[in-house]
Amino acid sequence: METVTNQSYNQMVKKASPPSKSARNIPMAFLVGGAICTLGHALIKFYMSMGVPEETAFPAASITLVFLSALFTGLNIYDKLAKWGGAGTLVPITGFANAITAPALEFKSEGYIMGLGAKMFLIAGPVIVYGIAAGVVYGVILYLFQLY
Amino acid sequence: MSTNIGKYTLRLDKSPSITGSAAIGGKKEAEGPIGKMFDIVNYDALFGQKSWELAESEMQRQAAQKVMDKCSLSPGDIQYLFAGDLLNQIVASHYGLRELGIPFFGLYGACSTMAESLILSSMMIEGGLAKKVMAITSSHFCSAERQFRFPLEYGGQRAPTAQWTATAAGACIIAENSQPPYIKAVTVGCIEDKDIKDLNNMGAAMAPAASTTIKRYFQDTLTGPDNFDLILTGDLAQVGSDLLAELLLREGYDIKKKHADCGLILYDRATQDVEAGGSGCGCAAGVLCSYIIPAIREGKIKDMLFVATGALMSPISVQQGQNIPGIAHLLHLSSTPNPIQQGGNA
Repeated sequence: METVTNQSYNQMVKKASPPSKSARNIPMAFLVGGAICTLGHALIKFYMSMGVPEETAFPAASITLVFLSALFTGLNIYDKLAKWGGAGTLVPITGFANAITAPALEFKSEGYIMGLGAKMFLIAGPVIVYGIAAGVVYGVILYLFQLY
Repeated sequence: MSTNIGKYTLRLDKSPSITGSAAIGGKKEAEGPIGKMFDIVNYDALFGQKSWELAESEMQRQAAQKVMDKCSLSPGDIQYLFAGDLLNQIVASHYGLRELGIPFFGLYGACSTMAESLILSSMMIEGGLAKKVMAITSSHFCSAERQFRFPLEYGGQRAPTAQWTATAAGACIIAENSQPPYIKAVTVGCIEDKDIKDLNNMGAAMAPAASTTIKRYFQDTLTGPDNFDLILTGDLAQVGSDLLAELLLREGYDIKKKHADCGLILYDRATQDVEAGGSGCGCAAGVLCSYIIPAIREGKIKDMLFVATGALMSPISVQQGQNIPGIAHLLHLSSTPNPIQQGGNA
């Protein structure tokens, strides 16, 4: 009966499945991600030219990018940009804002507490948890090195 | 009465008829190659409802209503209802059809539900247990995405092997032998697990089940691809279709010239951005009810196999690292009924 084993079938699947279009995706990620970061830098320059001190201009630029990302997510534009940009829209701070805004919009239908409130961190939650955990580990290492 | 042929196939000697069908689609489906054949198209993805789940329920309600209108039937004329969808606890069916007051069987066969519901319906008619029953299924891109994948607005790239869940519903009325298409035989599929874990490659998870069910039908009935105008799978899409052709070729059946897949009929892959093709209960149901059933009725298709395939995982089983088992159910649909008394298959 079993003419095709699970192993040989998995080989067949690998052969039949087209790979991701890296030749297009990687340059697009570079361009889109680069454009977002350039925009961030332009914002920093802009805020500084308005007389904002440097240490405030940096977070102000981040906040502006987060706002724009959330706005474009709500306007159904960010996901279309991401289809082209891939990692270029995922890696900058805008990707993180999108990962919070998208579930917030989607799960509003289950109410503001258990829907929006709880599901908002569906995608970004693990990033926050392990980001903080990694920060703690790094802090401990740094503390130990400074002891000696 | 029905006759068991071979180990897995049941010949329905009375050849129940599909006396009516209706298909509902969304905007993307309407823009596809068979978009004009849908009975109702809703350009509003919410179908005027508050949530995607209610939108899918509304789609089922419309499908049921439309097929009854087309056949001049009221809910009181239909004795049983076989329905299912992709949502947890099949709520699209439960909420969409609750007002009909028809005795109800809820089914879950993932994307194979259209074939599953048709098989059970035809068995009920064949057995003389009812005069008229309805089979209905649906899927909605937005409700499926949020349950199985990511929120809609989340920015991500889809894998080239991923499939697009159809926003569509299909409903059929099955009754005693009266007009084509006739359901001549059915083969109920077994759950098949080939160790596939990739949620973005459903076609690969379902192709082995389709291959086994089709092979069993051929063996039981001593037929082959040459006996049919069309072998139509539910939603294997491009990757699954290629794999099915290769698997059956290894068994000695060359189906390439006869095979088509609903996931490749419903959308134009070149322009509609659906990656490998369409999927979902509504994919097989929508194509069957809008395009295929009228074609058999008009005699354009004489004998065909309808093989809807399902991937039987849940988001939880996938997160727990489990395989994705598949299933495929088969119906032999024909423009002519089985010969009265002992008749073979075409």
